[in-house]
Amino acid sequence: MRAVLNVIKRELLIAMRRKSDILNPLWFLLIVITLFPLALGPEPELLARVAPGVLWVAALLSSLLSLERLFRDDYLDGSLEQLLLSGHPLAALSLAKIVAHWLLTALPLLLLSPLFAVLLGLSMPIFKATFLTLLIGTPVLSLIGGVGVALTVGLRRGGVLLSLLVLPLFIPVLIFATSAIEAASFGLPYAGHLAIMGAIAMLTLCFAPFATASALRVSMS
Amino acid sequence: MQFDSFSDFVAMGGYGFYVWLSFGCTLLTLGAVVVDSIFKRQALTRSITQLKAKQDRMLAAREVKERL
Amino acid sequence: MWKWLHPYAKPEASFRLAGAFVPWFTALAVLCLSVGTVWGLLFAPSDYQQGDSFRIIYVHVPAAILSMGAYLTMAIAGFIALVWQIKQSEIFVAAVAPIGAGFTFIALLTGAAWGKPMWGTWWVWDARLTSELILLFLYLGVIALYNAFDDKALAGRSASILSLVGVINLPIIHYSVEWWNTLHQGASITKFAKPSIDSAMLWPLLLNIVGFGAFLGALSLVRFRTELLKREQRRPWVRQLLLGTGEA
Repeated sequence: MRAVLNVIKRELLIAMRRKSDILNPLWFLLIVITLFPLALGPEPELLARVAPGVLWVAALLSSLLSLERLFRDDYLDGSLEQLLLSGHPLAALSLAKIVAHWLLTALPLLLLSPLFAVLLGLSMPIFKATFLTLLIGTPVLSLIGGVGVALTVGLRRGGVLLSLLVLPLFIPVLIFATSAIEAASFGLPYAGHLAIMGAIAMLTLCFAPFATASALRVSMS
Repeated sequence: MQFDSFSDFVAMGGYGFYVWLSFGCTLLTLGAVVVDSIFKRQALTRSITQLKAKQDRMLAAREVKERL
Repeated sequence: MWKWLHPYAKPEASFRLAGAFVPWFTALAVLCLSVGTVWGLLFAPSDYQQGDSFRIIYVHVPAAILSMGAYLTMAIAGFIALVWQIKQSEIFVAAVAPIGAGFTFIALLTGAAWGKPMWGTWWVWDARLTSELILLFLYLGVIALYNAFDDKALAGRSASILSLVGVINLPIIHYSVEWWNTLHQGASITKFAKPSIDSAMLWPLLLNIVGFGAFLGALSLVRFRTELLKREQRRPWVRQLLLGTGEA
């Protein structure tokens, strides 16, 4: 447990020293969201109709951007090998790294989401639904992404491959999140969608750390 | 036999294009997988043979050098 | 109890065993596919609703069934490779993946060619079509990951992990897509009511399903043998086999 906390603390410290790693994906997200009204036209009704999808697809893409740094730097400077040899269960340590990654990439996104909501003209109930789906959905993205990064970390050009491997696995989250927001926009209850997303999150929480750990072992051997 | 003539068979009751497109694509894809598998096997045999020949040549050259 | 299996852990023995099965599978595949296809195209009665376009079923359904069967096979092989650390099993993962991707591709293409006369469009975002498309992405991911590694031992294990992750996700993807579809499109798709299939139509279909299965078996074993030879190419037994020279 202590080791887990230490790993999280270390990750946060490193990130604080290299702020651009956190800020760039957010920039990217903001720019993508700006592009959509420019491409589709500024009519508020149209924007409100496509906003949930735009927000979620943009969030997926920006999370992909930051995923690589989950293990890549540590792999290159050898500290990943240290973790592997430290004797603590590797699944717990990789979970710690994934938690740290979520804190660094998804949490700022959640904090900035009101801004995106204003840009896309979302009303308060829709924004609430969007926020909740992002809150439940982003951990799944980090967890599944962790498996993908662990599989590709040893490769020289793993970046594109990573997105090819991981994006199809993101589809269920995307579907339930956008349909929850859509239900909210019609004033329908969407607790069921959130519950299914929660179930998916729990399932990935159970399996993903172990898959990440075994993938890391393969990549490091 | 469901069809009276060969041209009837080709026409497939007006759906000829779609039916033959499907069967053609299937044949093409399956054929491509088969050809790829055979080709890979032959390429491997060739590369192993070449490797062996290279090693033989090196051995022979070393023998010649030792004799000198 | 499992002792009789142990000798086959030797690459040479499993190579021979695979080779012994290839001709049988090939013969079965050729026989079933030719009889089934000719029967289906020429002798099966045409459908009272769809006319002769229904004959696409004889390639579409076997390809769709076996595309999922191949993924399941691949994932089981991946599981065996990871749990019991059997090298042959991870080689088998790599051998099945391209064939499965081929089947998925066929299922999608023939589905489109069937959809055009029946639904009026080449593609609808129907639940089955969409999950088949995602299945293709998953296959391509496994193949791309396997090819990305230079060290094939690492490649095999990584591909095994990915195929397992995919197989856990596959039902979730399928149900989410099905659910998404009912939400977006409702009953707008005119899915023809499934008529209870006549046995004269059913027999060629069953033959072709068996034929596709045998095709998968034969070709995956051929690819398995090639891949095994590639990994073992510096071993004496491979040289002996290919070049007829004993000591090397």
